[in-house]
Amino acid sequence: MTSVAPVLPDGFVVIVKRECATCQMVEPVLKDIAGHKTPLTIYTQDDPTFPESVSAIHDSDLAVSWHNNIDTVPTLIKVVNGKEVDRTFGWLASDWQRITEIPELGHDLPAMRPGCGSMSVDPDIVDKLRAKFTDSPVIARTVEFSDAEDEFEAMYARGWTDGFPVIPPTRERVLRMLTGTTRHPQDVVAIAPPDLVELTVEKIAINAVMAGCLPEYMPWVIAALEAVCNDQFNMHGVLATTMPVGPVIICNGPGTRAIGMNSGINAFGQGNRANNTIGRAVQLTIRNVGGGRPGEVDRATHGNPGKISFCFAEDEVGSPFTSLATERGIPLGQNAVTVFAGEGPRCVVDQLARTPEELTNSLVACLQTVHHPKLVIGFDAILTISPDHGRVYAEAGWSREKLIAELTERSMTPGADLVRGAREMAEGVPPHLRDATLPKFRPGGILLTYAGGGAGLFSSIVAGWANGAIGSDPVTRVVGS
Amino acid sequence: MASGITILDPTNESKPATRQLLARPASIKGLTIGLLDISKPRGNLFLNRIEELLTERGAKVLRYSKPTFTKPAPVDLRQEIATQCNLVIEALAD
Repeated sequence: MTSVAPVLPDGFVVIVKRECATCQMVEPVLKDIAGHKTPLTIYTQDDPTFPESVSAIHDSDLAVSWHNNIDTVPTLIKVVNGKEVDRTFGWLASDWQRITEIPELGHDLPAMRPGCGSMSVDPDIVDKLRAKFTDSPVIARTVEFSDAEDEFEAMYARGWTDGFPVIPPTRERVLRMLTGTTRHPQDVVAIAPPDLVELTVEKIAINAVMAGCLPEYMPWVIAALEAVCNDQFNMHGVLATTMPVGPVIICNGPGTRAIGMNSGINAFGQGNRANNTIGRAVQLTIRNVGGGRPGEVDRATHGNPGKISFCFAEDEVGSPFTSLATERGIPLGQNAVTVFAGEGPRCVVDQLARTPEELTNSLVACLQTVHHPKLVIGFDAILTISPDHGRVYAEAGWSREKLIAELTERSMTPGADLVRGAREMAEGVPPHLRDATLPKFRPGGILLTYAGGGAGLFSSIVAGWANGAIGSDPVTRVVGS
Repeated sequence: MASGITILDPTNESKPATRQLLARPASIKGLTIGLLDISKPRGNLFLNRIEELLTERGAKVLRYSKPTFTKPAPVDLRQEIATQCNLVIEALAD
């Protein structure tokens, strides 16, 4: 698949294409250079008959252009003993004169004219060239579909999808995906559960292609997979549980805006490519590399649609609170992901509260219902405050710490109301807690975030799974490069 | 519909090892049987009864439990069971 970089001949080398008006303009100049003693070699990208007045070599496979990093035509290169010693691109008379040492070169042309894009960087073919010429250590087994097969049906039939169509991970697409990370394709990112196999950057890239990611999402996908594949998050248990949870990915940092993530209107919903495909890539990787499939290790009773993808960014710019990542020890300005074993989001409506105390009481009443009103401490939750609710806290000057403290205090419930059998419900906490007074959540059990559209006096709750050492703890990881 | 497309395998490319099932013992009399509680609530009730029944039939029973039902049994525990028992029964309960 790879090729040895062609050695440029000594003398002057010029790369041109007929389609470029500047290349056409410099044709007399090329003829002039050819008349001097230093040898001139011209490579033409598109039309082998161009230029007509001087002979040229057709760079038909664009190998010369690719290996010499030609971005613009015309490009003039000076080669001495097989090594490039000088280069200019486009037409800048003074540069061409200096490099060729022909003082009057192109004296009748304008002093400067920009060149055109080289065919070797044409977006339509650059992926094919990268696949052909890059000596990339991509080692995945190739699967060739027959002429009669529809590749989308074939990939579904092999069990590689989440039920939606996936993008075929061709070598070209995977190599393009790998340009999104500085990590080596064979770097092992994690040991992927449940099959406990080495998860390489290459395999992540293949699944990221299938999910529909752009290359710039790769560092986020890698960080999220690092965050879920460890004993603390316990991805194996998150899969195996009958509860309806999957990895919910919360993204923080300026990079969320750079890759166009949605933290506003419909932040949890459809329509944003980064949000949806980053979460989907994580799930497809766990499915295909880890081997975690519904009905096999995944035993969820109902599951939830967020197990296809549930990933969003915090609105750090609009938030009255410090961010979740900051709270979890990530320096401001650093990109990070936090993963949480969570179910689908539910809405908290309070359109009448105008004081932080009233609003907090409403939030507590709804948070109490997480999994069961009589089960406490064993489950964490993400609480996402919307801008309209956030304003109530901002105007009252409530910080993250203040809100968490108030939520905790206002959730305190007598054990007599929570024990098994109380309130005519069998479910509840063990009888020995009858005389205790218990908060709904353990310390750190509320993951306070801020996101959502500018209109709507609603907040949102994502309930978690069994927390701590017996289940899953949220994990935060810095997003690398 | 594109045709003849070649893609890269998204899976871990591994194949499960095939192992022959052990021969079924003719009798459990005198054998050591491990009972592994995965630590779900009330799994012990079920295993207590199983232990009674096995003991009645002349087996020696050893009890084990996983630290948590949400994670695979630790390697050390699996090793311990493998070296101490002829047979193992793993119980799931709720």
